[in-house]
Amino acid sequence: MNHLDRLEADSIDIFREAVAESERPVLLYSIGKDSSVLLHLARKAFYPSKPPFPLLHVDTTWKFREMIEFRDRTARELGLELIVHRNPECVALGINPFDHGSARHTDLWKTQGLRQALDKHRFDVAFGGARRDEEASRAKERVFSFRTRQHRWDPKNQRPELWRLYNTRVAPGESIRVFPLSNWTELDVWCYVERERIPVVPLYFAKERPVVDRDGALIMVDDDRMPLTEAPRQELVRFRTLGCYPLTGAVRSTARTVPEIIEEMRAATTSERQGRVIDHDQSGSMERKKQEGYF
Amino acid sequence: MELLRFITCGSVDDGKSTLIGRLLYESKLLYTDHLAALEADSKRVGTRGDDLDFALLVDGLAAEREQGITIDVAHRFFATEARRFIVADTPGHEQYTRNMVTGASTADAAVILLDARKGVLAQTRRHAHIVSLLGIRHVALAVNKLDLVGYSKEIFDKICGEFTALGLDFAEVTCVPMSATDGVNVVGRSELTPWYDGKSLLQWLESVEIDEAPDGPSRFLVQWVNRPDADFRGYSGRVLRGTLRKGDPVRVLPGDRESVVDRIVTMDGDLAEAPTGTSVTVVLADEVDVSRGDVLAAAEDPPGTADTFQAHLVWMDESGLLPGRQYLAKIGARTVNVTIEKPLQLNEIAVADVHFDTPVPFETYRTNRDLGSFVVLDRLTNATVGAGMIDCALRRSANVRWQTLTVDKRARAERNGHRPCVVWLTGLSGAGKSTIADLVEKTLHAEGRHTFLLDGDNVRHGLNSDLGFTDADRVENIRRIAEVAALMVQAGLIVLVSFISPFRAERALARDLVEENEFCEVFVDTPLSVAEQRDPKGLYARARRGELANFTGIDSPYEPPENPEIRLDTTALSPEVAAGVVVAKLRALGIC
Repeated sequence: MNHLDRLEADSIDIFREAVAESERPVLLYSIGKDSSVLLHLARKAFYPSKPPFPLLHVDTTWKFREMIEFRDRTARELGLELIVHRNPECVALGINPFDHGSARHTDLWKTQGLRQALDKHRFDVAFGGARRDEEASRAKERVFSFRTRQHRWDPKNQRPELWRLYNTRVAPGESIRVFPLSNWTELDVWCYVERERIPVVPLYFAKERPVVDRDGALIMVDDDRMPLTEAPRQELVRFRTLGCYPLTGAVRSTARTVPEIIEEMRAATTSERQGRVIDHDQSGSMERKKQEGYF
Repeated sequence: MELLRFITCGSVDDGKSTLIGRLLYESKLLYTDHLAALEADSKRVGTRGDDLDFALLVDGLAAEREQGITIDVAHRFFATEARRFIVADTPGHEQYTRNMVTGASTADAAVILLDARKGVLAQTRRHAHIVSLLGIRHVALAVNKLDLVGYSKEIFDKICGEFTALGLDFAEVTCVPMSATDGVNVVGRSELTPWYDGKSLLQWLESVEIDEAPDGPSRFLVQWVNRPDADFRGYSGRVLRGTLRKGDPVRVLPGDRESVVDRIVTMDGDLAEAPTGTSVTVVLADEVDVSRGDVLAAAEDPPGTADTFQAHLVWMDESGLLPGRQYLAKIGARTVNVTIEKPLQLNEIAVADVHFDTPVPFETYRTNRDLGSFVVLDRLTNATVGAGMIDCALRRSANVRWQTLTVDKRARAERNGHRPCVVWLTGLSGAGKSTIADLVEKTLHAEGRHTFLLDGDNVRHGLNSDLGFTDADRVENIRRIAEVAALMVQAGLIVLVSFISPFRAERALARDLVEENEFCEVFVDTPLSVAEQRDPKGLYARARRGELANFTGIDSPYEPPENPEIRLDTTALSPEVAAGVVVAKLRALGIC
């Protein structure tokens, strides 16, 4: 077995264990490349059955339009149930990154929104596409990561996780976040996308797009809700990760195909989350967000 | 490209995190934004003055940075021209041993660090022992901080000699003289150790042999029964050993069912064969009964099935292991009840006898890690409290068949005119359990029911006269009573059990030994102050005077039931009324 075969077999193993031992699993689908790979692996794990769980997207109303199109098309073509949750308080208050700041925007829409959705549907297992190579606190997290009734993660007291024997037991109201891509790297994800011909959102590929400079990041103007003092300029850019468009920096790139992305990445000197505004709010901010229930 | 998974371990402050930071840095594998964050963090919370504090790269948790220690295992990924690596950086503190074991369980190789000034410490030996126990056969001993002893060859040789003298079961031990802080012999060979002609640590990592999973007869673990529609029934799982081929005759374990592999299904099309490690879906030629946890094995050479083992155990919970207490064990894709006959404390490693309540297909850990390892879970907290590696089966369960009896429980119930059950009264000493139990039995007896009362004090004179009042003895006391009560239920009786029975786990065990509608837990709820005031046998007074040790409620805990069938508040109810409540509940449950 080569390296990707081994990662694939491990991830499928994880999916099957979690589904066999849970009552109400769900896949947190955030539309990015990791979610695309996650969904592809879920289909492989249960084939010829369909993945025996719905997809959940915690929407913020600030995602790129192309992401939403891609999401709806994917769910339709694969015939999977898609649950879209938008925090009703945020909808009512019109929470947005410009007036309320990135930290509050993320906490209310994503963290609180996710907790609401998990509670509402009483999901006891939630699959996510997080990888350990993304960030220092993620590097510490188990594949099966236990959450209290309040969705809190206690990083100082994680369950030991040996071999491939995953402890899936929880009391009512508690839950487990399961990360089948824990041991994948960004490069693995792209190599696998290439090998398996997995569709991804076109925003990953370089194209002339309207951008402005914001706090050292290249922000794409995706709709007319963005307050502007200058005219956007067209630049050949692409995205290494996808999130809320006002909080996701583009990179200048000419990579228009997956092999070109892989080539570009081998030479890269910055990490993929570098373009994420929310990670840099404070040092250790990912750990804090995770403790509060963020994915 | 090949993948090597390895751990770094050793005592605290030996420089494990620093070494990984150095490896990433020197191999030019740090992204510029990570490096910028590292520079800022080093100034803010670092312990290296103006220099980069590489430990901050892996010590990613706030608590770790605050205290300058590693609490949990961190996984980092890097690659060189030769190989890809996943390194698990594990904590050195003894109290976090379980996290070190977590990292070691999936590693192909280990780098054990030690401080050249201190040599082989107790924690070095402990980690080396765990590494060996978990079956990691390739070890590099990184003799670190050699700069602080003037790169002395004598000291290096002495330490290597000490380590080799431990006599642990490794295929290979490579000693590397090193300074992680200064980058000596980490990536390239250094001129500061001209007397050393071996490999640098990275050179070792790039060339160390990766053990293949042992080949042999095929074993396939069923994780999930795949039934999309009435026409398809497949078994989704993983090939744990050997190669599974279309047309292979297979045995379904446990049991003696046999069939033939008809198809090996994947989303990319059917396969002719599936090698070790692959996750596939198997369709059998016959309609045999197969469920999650079963093993499909080469019919000509199937693994054994047993319920009693000798195993190496690592205990990982603050609460020690209580011999005789029932825990859960997850082995393969199956969870069974387990009892272990040896008291163990946190971080203790020992060989013990392990009893599963159901026979399971197994192989020794040495032969097959997947079928030879298990984790121990606490039934109430759900915590992972232990890990085990099977050395051998102590008794093939094939020899001990359960006798099928003609006169069964149902036949007895018909003759008796009522169903059997256990009425389990629990509560503090002096709560009134025996008085109430006695009244209940009188009522039932007068109605012609077949009853028996097991009383704590009485049983301690006979069956349990060898037991005292330590936690371990209390567990065994209740285990025996639970078994006796279950036998009496088989005999068709309504069994009244009047025992303090302070621990939830043992009461849960008693409940599990009978069927669901055959157990009625009665919580005789009396506040400690009231029970102490009553003190019918003068025991509380003696306990307060220090004449009785381990007295429940005084210096030994009582865990009240969370969901008893009946709760009797004895400050509000007279014993007669309380007994009436119990009898009424038994009627409502259809017992009598």
